[in-house]
Amino acid sequence: MTIEIPTPLRVYTGNQSAVAVEAATVSEAVASLLARYPEFKKHLYTTDGKLRSFVNLYLNDEDIRYLPQGEESAVQASDTLSIIPSIAGGD
Amino acid sequence: MATTIEPITLPQLSNDEIARYSRHLILPEVGMEGQQKLKAAKVLCVGTGGLGSPLALYLAAAGIGTLGLVDFDTVDSSNLQRQIIHSTKDVGRPKIDSAAEKLTALNPFMKVVKHETMLTSHNALEIIHDYDVVADGTDNFPTRYLVNDACVLTGKPNAYGSIFRFEGQASVFATEEGPCYRCLYPEPPPPGLVPSCAEGGVLGILPGIVGVIQATEVIKLILGKGEPLIGRLLLINALDMRFRELKLRKNPDCPVCGTNPTVTQLIDYQQFCGIVPEAKMAPVQNGIPQMSVKELKQRLDQGDDLFILDVREPFEYQIARIEGRVGGHLIPLNDLPKRLNELNTAQEIVVQCKSGGRSQRAAEFLAKNGFTKLHNLAGGITAWSNEIDPKIPKY
Repeated sequence: MTIEIPTPLRVYTGNQSAVAVEAATVSEAVASLLARYPEFKKHLYTTDGKLRSFVNLYLNDEDIRYLPQGEESAVQASDTLSIIPSIAGGD
Repeated sequence: MATTIEPITLPQLSNDEIARYSRHLILPEVGMEGQQKLKAAKVLCVGTGGLGSPLALYLAAAGIGTLGLVDFDTVDSSNLQRQIIHSTKDVGRPKIDSAAEKLTALNPFMKVVKHETMLTSHNALEIIHDYDVVADGTDNFPTRYLVNDACVLTGKPNAYGSIFRFEGQASVFATEEGPCYRCLYPEPPPPGLVPSCAEGGVLGILPGIVGVIQATEVIKLILGKGEPLIGRLLLINALDMRFRELKLRKNPDCPVCGTNPTVTQLIDYQQFCGIVPEAKMAPVQNGIPQMSVKELKQRLDQGDDLFILDVREPFEYQIARIEGRVGGHLIPLNDLPKRLNELNTAQEIVVQCKSGGRSQRAAEFLAKNGFTKLHNLAGGITAWSNEIDPKIPKY
């Protein structure tokens, strides 16, 4: 499946805008991403392994917080996981 | 279900206004009644910069009756790459005056109310109270959270837009049935993680696209027509020219708009966002001694052996650098962990960047890695250009 990396976070993936991973669930996909790019973990996860809340994870167009299985939701190869950080620019 | 503004009696339109708005009047979705609703409406535009410029201009063109503007900044030439409400002759002038002048010229029927102040927890509720809809065109996290909370507390919808480099977001927050900004992002990022437009750069056209999307949402809310972006996050990527939409849910546990709100008044948003107020030139910040550009010049002139470490990106180094024997050794901030071997703990290092933010983080990192003779160049190369060598371009 594809993980889409937003602009402010591409600095942690060597500027790649999308990363392809093999995974059966959302949490596996994320683990794969973090294994490849450990810098992400430091900035996006708390010390007890929770995604920090200025970043949201979307499986296709649904926020995983509201999916019945949350991070354990099953994913298909054609799915997209998007990381959506908050941005504040306006000026 | 759109949130509609229902005034009791709608204002009449003069013949001049009818002529002006004819293209709206002949649209079934607007018509005479819609145009009257626009005239009756009071919209607050927070910020007259990148997003505020197109937002305010299109609201004026559309016939909004009262437009409030909040801005305390002055026009800078670097604004003109995208803040199209201002022009070259306005450089140095308060943005609010420049904006008001152009808006009145475009539409003299619209009443412009200037709030030349910073929006704070002390004035936000009072200012927002007089308006029907708020459009957030600000550029920092504390104000975003402030506007959100104030809108929820006063029951005013917030047409939200934000930008970064070439990506934008748009939505409508703080309606009764929909989510608020905190439903999406309960927690702000730590200060310094997400650069501002000044540090990260922004494609000039981007706020043009997002600002007009915000204006569109304001107009739809007032007319009660179409599908507003309530519960929807529109993502714009101008480079790929792709638009995506994500579903937003109202969080029942949201501290501001949930069923049991814990935030019932405005808080200290600087503190909420982790921004600790610093004294103007505190000599030491987070353990790192700060050096002013004047002090650096003095010490170099007297022959001190200082190692200048420049942590900017190569493209910035190409635009401007402190020349001569003073010039810095360039190690971009993100490369620093891999290139520590290029530095020597015996050296007295002055860390420098564009304005002092990244160099401070770099210095703190070095301090954790055994370096003890460190200074952060407060104000960075920008301060050097302002105070020591004006030939160095500012960017």
